Amino acid sequence: MALLRLDNVTLRFGGILALADLSLEVQTSEILGLIGPNGAGKTTAFNVITRLYRPDSGDVVFDGASLLNTPPHKIVRRGIARTFQNVALFSTMSVLENVQMGAHAHHNARGPSEIVDYVGLTPVARRIVRGLPFGTLKRVELARALASAPRLLLLDEPAGGLNHEEVLELGDFILRLRRDFDLTILLVEHHMGLVMGLADRVHVLDFGRSIASGTPPEVQANPAVIQAYLGAE
Amino acid sequence: MPPLLELEDVHAQYGQVRVLHGVSLAVDDGQVVSVLGPNGAGKTTTLRAISGAVRSSGSIVFDGRKLGRSPERAARIGVAHVPEGRGTFSELTVWENLRLGAYTADRPDFDRALEHFPWLAERRNQAAGTLSGGEQQMLALARALMSQPRLLLLDEPSLGLAPLVVREIFELVSTLNEKEGLTVLVVEQNANIALDNSERAYVLEAGRVALQGTSRDLRKDESVRRSYLGY
Repeated sequence: MALLRLDNVTLRFGGILALADLSLEVQTSEILGLIGPNGAGKTTAFNVITRLYRPDSGDVVFDGASLLNTPPHKIVRRGIARTFQNVALFSTMSVLENVQMGAHAHHNARGPSEIVDYVGLTPVARRIVRGLPFGTLKRVELARALASAPRLLLLDEPAGGLNHEEVLELGDFILRLRRDFDLTILLVEHHMGLVMGLADRVHVLDFGRSIASGTPPEVQANPAVIQAYLGAE
Repeated sequence: MPPLLELEDVHAQYGQVRVLHGVSLAVDDGQVVSVLGPNGAGKTTTLRAISGAVRSSGSIVFDGRKLGRSPERAARIGVAHVPEGRGTFSELTVWENLRLGAYTADRPDFDRALEHFPWLAERRNQAAGTLSGGEQQMLALARALMSQPRLLLLDEPSLGLAPLVVREIFELVSTLNEKEGLTVLVVEQNANIALDNSERAYVLEAGRVALQGTSRDLRKDESVRRSYLGY
């Protein structure tokens, strides 16, 4: 069953067509990779799902009911949490306090401290967020999202700031998360090793439109995807 | 000839947390040098120490002059810094961001940015915050070039960029290096592309230089292959 569905979503900013009749489905418990060139509309799709943007037409359906009448601040109570590409944390608060904020509106059976421990941040739990390494900040955002007990987790470039070995560990970690927290995951990421290794299916955007979707091997072999995004090696 | 940039025994900390424990490195005039390292190794802090965005002790010398106290001074004597996470001014337009990049120049030379990023012209009046993440990364690079630097500090330029664009960015860095003699110190997690496009590299671990050498030699190093290259 589809936990999330975008039905023919169109969104314009002035003269720019940011999303053009976009339809996609995320099945319960699946990891769907969302890839595409810069400016293709990936983060915009996240912003539509979390209700920061209202589409000009089309619908966003979560667990069988439209999200369009849910205001952004109530999205987390519906069971949707996200991370941000360029990190949006409360920079003068500690790691633990940031995670506590995640539990503010809707909370996990595991408390914030337990989640901080689960994601491996206990050594820096009391540290102020400002000045922590980028890869660590991404991990704090992930913990904050988990603290709100999401059913759907939107990850915007979780591999930022990590070296190859750390990305491998992150891949294993996300699979463990899906199991331990019963998650469905929509993953935006440019690290192709991570996306292709993790995703059950991959959806490709270009100029706000779907240009391909399928299993990782299908998408990697798709000439339109190679031309628009991957490039010939 | 002495190196264009030389760090000796540089220490830096944020509050009580010590991040750099005596980093020494050198970049020759006209070289591209890359810095690799795990999350939290001190790569970003090293760049911030050079441009003076974080206080440090030890010696940082650029072209015979001391650096590390004032970001404005660094900019004035030819150091441009593309910070981690872009640092574009999101409320300002694309053009205003570029003009700020030329703050230390006599006159902003927009043609120079447009030569490498022609699409910026059609977006000139758009607020930078409404660009996509990758476009903002490119704007940050264009802004840095506006000061006509001799040394470019690049902090993870691939962050948020599609694979094709990452290649374009590194091609551009190579072109600027070869044609204009721009010296570059680049922090990058995409080790493959960083080593391909640099002559020498340093590996930082826990605030110290753990390894250094030519990019070719580092490619053969067992631990570099395992941790950074994945083969």
